[in-house]
Amino acid sequence: MDILPRPPSPYYTADHDAFRDQLRRFVERDIAPFVDQWDEAEEFPRELYKKASAVGLLQMGFPEEYGGVPSDGFFRIIASDELARAGSGGVNASLMSHTIGAPPIAALGPEWMKRKLLPEILSGEKISALAITEPSGGSDVANLKTTARREGDHYIVNGQKMFITSGFRADYYTVAVRTGGPGMGGVSLLLIERDRPGFSRTKLRKMGWWASDTAQLFFDDVKVPIDNLIGPENAGFNGIMRNFNPERIGLAAGAYGFAKVCLEEAIDYARQRETFGKPLIKNQVIRHKIVDMAMKVNAVKATLEGLAWRVEQGEQPVAEICMLKNLATTSLEFVANEAMQILGGAGYLRGSKVERIYRETKVMSIGGGSIEIMKDLAARQMGL
Amino acid sequence: MKVLVAVKRVIDYNVKIRVKADKTGVETANVKMSMNPFDEIAVEEAIRMKEAGKATEVIAFSAGPTQCQETIRTALAMGADRGVHVVTDGELQPLAVAKLLKAVADKEQPGLIIVGKQAIDDDSNQTGQMVAALLGWSQGTFANKIDVADGSVTVKREVDGGLENVKLKLPAVITTDLRLNEPRYASLPNIMKAKKKPIDQHKPEDLGVDVAPRLKTLKVEEPAGRKAGIKVKTVAELVEKLRNEAGVI
Repeated sequence: MDILPRPPSPYYTADHDAFRDQLRRFVERDIAPFVDQWDEAEEFPRELYKKASAVGLLQMGFPEEYGGVPSDGFFRIIASDELARAGSGGVNASLMSHTIGAPPIAALGPEWMKRKLLPEILSGEKISALAITEPSGGSDVANLKTTARREGDHYIVNGQKMFITSGFRADYYTVAVRTGGPGMGGVSLLLIERDRPGFSRTKLRKMGWWASDTAQLFFDDVKVPIDNLIGPENAGFNGIMRNFNPERIGLAAGAYGFAKVCLEEAIDYARQRETFGKPLIKNQVIRHKIVDMAMKVNAVKATLEGLAWRVEQGEQPVAEICMLKNLATTSLEFVANEAMQILGGAGYLRGSKVERIYRETKVMSIGGGSIEIMKDLAARQMGL
Repeated sequence: MKVLVAVKRVIDYNVKIRVKADKTGVETANVKMSMNPFDEIAVEEAIRMKEAGKATEVIAFSAGPTQCQETIRTALAMGADRGVHVVTDGELQPLAVAKLLKAVADKEQPGLIIVGKQAIDDDSNQTGQMVAALLGWSQGTFANKIDVADGSVTVKREVDGGLENVKLKLPAVITTDLRLNEPRYASLPNIMKAKKKPIDQHKPEDLGVDVAPRLKTLKVEEPAGRKAGIKVKTVAELVEKLRNEAGVI
């Protein structure tokens, strides 16, 4: 279905199409053939970061003077969509972890940090991760417990971080720490390099996203220079919050991409598979399932692109973005479930895209703000 | 030395080709189009020559409708310096393209013309040879490796049963084979920069070329579907069939 040229759209230009074309080839050549192997190995080669930079994937949306390419949100949607075609959320999550780790540096970091770190990260030399969630809580950022105590021109950091994407291999961590009193007014963002004494990490094994190096981080009297502060002291909350809108749109775009893959796989299989003397797809029950799946995919696409356009116009439609994330991830759960049902035993085998995507639906509806947190935030934004 | 590279807009290699209902050709409406893969290899080779300091400028040429600009833009995004687009809507056969290429070469005076050995749509494998003949230049076809030296170029050619080295005087025409190189991706930064690179547009008349087809297509049909095979019960039966029916042993 996707081999057709793009239908007329108010959102995409020839540049978008050209980028999509190149990305599709990149994913077909450098990612898709290896995802099963990488998933089983619970790791993908570091080299992939450099390859991703060669195609321009890592640079999107960062300033040109630090090695980035200014580009609108539709490029990022295309990236999520095309990366999803390989059917491995884990590869995408770690490969693109700098899209949450590095924006606070680009927006709020001191000049030395931007000049040194951003070119290294955007060229794929170094890996950037964001560390907010703790064992005691994720979305409750205002109550985080990791502390950074000022001692001369250093902070002494103590605490733990949990479920950190790229947490095991990253070189630079953008870490939320408590530098002040209780509440959101005491939180700062601090750059912590991986080789600082007292900083250690443990890899976590997961239901899905196997190829992604998710980790728990431990800070034990880690000495960090005050120059590593990202943005003003005790004003980290702002930096954390500004990440959320793009992250959630990105997650929705990924969910959309994965749902589309499930739909395509299901249609393909239903056409090929013959039971009781006719192709599966000739059965009304299967045809109706496929239409329901396509309907959800289309609804997500329309909402996603409409909202992305509004963000491009400078709006911050927080409630709608929360609802979009829920729409996209619950639609993915529905579509992946139906695709699995259509594929039957074939879908349950390891190595099938649908099997992996099905296992990875939950992380989409939990990560970046769970369904419940999204609803709560939307309700508050709506003044309910 | 300037290098002139020809890039053709063809139906994407992933697309399942359908014959038009009236059997006059294949369906191209609403079909994804891309650069001919052999031409990508040609563009890549030219860019590598420039990076190695052996070429000064890479010019991407295409002939065809307005949309061929996208194909030229892809070449520019890969690293070509500028484009030449001969705008024409009718059918173009290899001889017409070769004449257009000659006209552009007369103007640009490139040291090398590199084209794909064939396009994946009509598989003609003629344009490179024809343009060499029209220009009176040496030709090295099916290139597997190219070494440019002062005033000459060595081409390792893929021929039946092996590789053949030929040394050509410049200027020359080279056609690329599959294993010459692996084309790079046009990166996002370069896609953005390519917008600013110039593309000259000409009409065939401006170049004094008559592009009217010399060959007439009578009918286009899908190849006959493959018939189902049979299962043999024993090795003896297999040998018997290979000998008496297939005639291969």
